[in-house]
Amino acid sequence: MSVPVPLPLAARIARLYGEPYIEIPQDLYIPPDALEVILDAFEGPLDLLLYLIRKENLDILDIPMAPLTRQYLEYVEAMRATNLELAAEYLVMAAMLMEIKSRLLLPRPPVAEPLEDDPRAELVRRLLEYERIKQAAREIDRLPQLGRDVLAVSVWVERAVAERLPEVNPQDLAEAWRTLLYRARMSAHHRVSREELSVREHMSGVLRRLQERRVLEFGELFDPARGVAVLVVTLLAVLELAREMLVEITQSGNFAPIYVKLAHAESR
Amino acid sequence: MLNPAEAKRILEAALLASPEPVSLANLKQLFDHQVATDTLHNLLAELREDWNGRAVELVSLASGWRFQTLPEFQPFAEKLQPEKPPRYSRAVMETLAIIAYRQPVTRGDIEDIRGVVVSAQIMQTLENRGWIDVVGHRETPGRPALYATTKPFLDDLGLRSLQELPPLEEIAKTLQLDPEPSSAVPEAANEPAAG
Repeated sequence: MSVPVPLPLAARIARLYGEPYIEIPQDLYIPPDALEVILDAFEGPLDLLLYLIRKENLDILDIPMAPLTRQYLEYVEAMRATNLELAAEYLVMAAMLMEIKSRLLLPRPPVAEPLEDDPRAELVRRLLEYERIKQAAREIDRLPQLGRDVLAVSVWVERAVAERLPEVNPQDLAEAWRTLLYRARMSAHHRVSREELSVREHMSGVLRRLQERRVLEFGELFDPARGVAVLVVTLLAVLELAREMLVEITQSGNFAPIYVKLAHAESR
Repeated sequence: MLNPAEAKRILEAALLASPEPVSLANLKQLFDHQVATDTLHNLLAELREDWNGRAVELVSLASGWRFQTLPEFQPFAEKLQPEKPPRYSRAVMETLAIIAYRQPVTRGDIEDIRGVVVSAQIMQTLENRGWIDVVGHRETPGRPALYATTKPFLDDLGLRSLQELPPLEEIAKTLQLDPEPSSAVPEAANEPAAG
């Protein structure tokens, strides 16, 4: 790897996601007493690798393994030298980097290989996924948060002191029954207007319901009163859950009832 | 029948008296279910409009409607409260992001993405806040718990559904160097020719 040419600081300021990339540590040079700070600054080996890759402006799809591994090991060695308790994940990552490098050194068949066969592909996939999540975490942190950025408003309500017991008469009962019927009728005609639907959200909902009942008849998962859009999203959620093997869908024969249960309900 | 101005004042009183979001179903109860959903939506929209320009706003959230202060007044509110609410660590926020975008997930899934062990404390922090809960178990050895985000999570972040989360961004494959000095030159050179 070429030694970075000392450029004036302003020319070295890079932009990440269109914003100036300023994060500690600001340079590769690590003053020995700052190690604790640096270890805290990284959320694990993936984070440290990402930092090294972004800092050296390397192409994440074509990582030069040798210099990256050397830099990474320098960090890890520096951390070890100061007797900091080093998380095992950092050593696992070091082993993985060296494994990838050694596999790259092995002679390869002359046919051009797709990226999937590149020993680095899995590392690249994990780095990209982690970086998306890291970015997303920053975005979520930017949302106004109750208690931190906004406060719920509540005015003082003067409540009557004397305790009054409710009076109930038969008319009240009849009235309650009528209201129930009325409500039932209201919900029967309820139309979904502009409900935002998320399959992942409904997946969680279906799982929650199965937590209570374990096994549900297929039809019970659906609430026609909530409209076609909700039905479709619920169906997608059930199919996605089945694909991820979180629920089992069974039917004993043609036209027999279909049952949906938690994937483990039947186990052993 | 109730006139709209009066109905709006009833809604205002009910919402101001509750620190929790009030659901549409509960708001309907105020009027003994005599007000249609569309009308209620219109009244709420008008009420929100009425409060425009004040330090408090009416917002629509996952579990209903709530009055809350505007973020720009938070620094002043904090002056009256000696202890500041702590910020969550990056570890907590990254764990939360994984659960929000990839739910339902196990601790193992989270660890795969972050590349480090997820401590029990992190999960405890998010569970105690009421932002995540266990919605099932994956049928693999150890039957790990599956986590998902809750309605209070959406409420506390001012969202009505998971779809309102910031979209996951495509990450630039390489870091761009600051383009300003180099790109400014050819444009400046082209300008006289164009004019």
